Amino acid sequence: MIKVLHSQFGLSVQDTGRKGFSHIGVPKSGAMDLYSSQLANKLLNNHSDDAVLEITFGGCKLEFLETCKICITGADFSAIINNTKASLNSVIQVEKGTILSFGKQRFGVRTYLAVKGGFQTEKILKSRSQYKGITSWEFLTKGSILEISSEQSKMVQTKSKVKIDPEHFSSTKINCFKGPEYNALNEFQKKALGNSLYKISFNNNRMGYQLEETLENQLPSMLTSAVLPGTVQLTPSGKLIVLMRDCQVTGGYPRVLQLSEASINRLAQKTTGDAIRFKILC
Amino acid sequence: MNKNLTYKAFGERTILIEWPALIDKNILAEILKLKDGIVQLKGDQIQDFIVGYNSLSIIFNEFIEDFTKQISEIQLIDSKIINPSISKLKIWNIPVCYDEEFGIDLEELSIKLQLSKDEIISLHSQSIYTVFFIGFLPGFMYLGGLNQKLHISRKENPRLKVPKGSVGIGGSQTGVYPSESAGGWNLIGRSPVSFFNVNLAKPCFAQAGDKIQFLPISKDEFYDINKKVKSNTYILSSKRVYD
Repeated sequence: MIKVLHSQFGLSVQDTGRKGFSHIGVPKSGAMDLYSSQLANKLLNNHSDDAVLEITFGGCKLEFLETCKICITGADFSAIINNTKASLNSVIQVEKGTILSFGKQRFGVRTYLAVKGGFQTEKILKSRSQYKGITSWEFLTKGSILEISSEQSKMVQTKSKVKIDPEHFSSTKINCFKGPEYNALNEFQKKALGNSLYKISFNNNRMGYQLEETLENQLPSMLTSAVLPGTVQLTPSGKLIVLMRDCQVTGGYPRVLQLSEASINRLAQKTTGDAIRFKILC
Repeated sequence: MNKNLTYKAFGERTILIEWPALIDKNILAEILKLKDGIVQLKGDQIQDFIVGYNSLSIIFNEFIEDFTKQISEIQLIDSKIINPSISKLKIWNIPVCYDEEFGIDLEELSIKLQLSKDEIISLHSQSIYTVFFIGFLPGFMYLGGLNQKLHISRKENPRLKVPKGSVGIGGSQTGVYPSESAGGWNLIGRSPVSFFNVNLAKPCFAQAGDKIQFLPISKDEFYDINKKVKSNTYILSSKRVYD
């Protein structure tokens, strides 16, 4: 078991999300940066859909109530195990009583902690991803206890540290495809969308990222239709909203772009004030 | 092949099929028929479907390597659907208490619409509504079929907290809030029924294509049903639809 000693900024358990429940209006959820969460699972030889802990801005302090094997990936918030600096992207054996905490931000926004065999928290509609109204709690709080798999003694091949593509955290380039309503934009608007540098507004969370710059438009209104994580909506007032993992399943604003899935992961490592540029493919 | 349809790639693993931009029961029937056909022939490849008023999105398990090929296969399905499951559709009787304790906007609506409260209640509960799809919140049904006399714009200032089960009218739509949420609809009553419960095998009883009729109940009945809902002993009544 692992005990949460401190939590901030929406500490939550996430896996690859709820699949097959869109038709009853259930958001997909899942780790914001699936590239990093999956890497942690891979290094531990876990299943790809084992649940991990999503830690935003390092807002987390944990106590391990049993010995286990862990892996930390994603954003670097100077992880500290007891009083020693912990390495990222490698398998670490932690003893009972160990304290894991985070410090200064070096890069990225969301850090993932995986344990051997995955977190064994409640599974609702085939997923452990925490979401308001679906799981018992929206977030983990101080005092939360997390059950972990009992297979900690199983051998894990401790390969040497994996090198991460630094572009994942540093690049401003967000690859995307034309959205269903892209062609309703005029040439000027298409150019602006592809060439502008956009800044992420304060209004960013697991549901979506709103951008600072606006795109004036007179797009006709549309009937409510599907939206997906990575859909870029354009509102009548010109706001651009990039939907993220916890987004609703339907929406009524024109969908001008659709992020590539790799770029959703990349965007998940950015926050207020960070700049992005859309690269529109095909 | 239906010439009225457009097919679009939507990201790396989704195909969006669109019908003419209308809210129309016939379009809904075509969407559900095509969805059935795709489930029968490609079900194992598909992660999820999202139905909209005039659209069907098909989310595949894997990235789609060749959209043109996948789309032409779907177009073939479209023309040879044999066995639609339309016969499985149901009409649900949803008890609603229109008492002013819950219908907090009835008074205002009565003035604006120039109808008595009783007229509003009877117009609202006489119609048979069609569930076009479920979205916005888990278990939120997009209903069509509101009597035109009841069409009224949303409140200027949305409420931050609309209680679970509230029945409201917004524009040409009516519906029930399945959970507490912010909302701008005019509230005319409340249903004691649970519209979304993750603990049930079927968390949401209704599906796209089903019909809904609201059944006026008293406050006593509301609390009685509410008690049964909480102890999981309430059974919602439904009949098959054959239209």
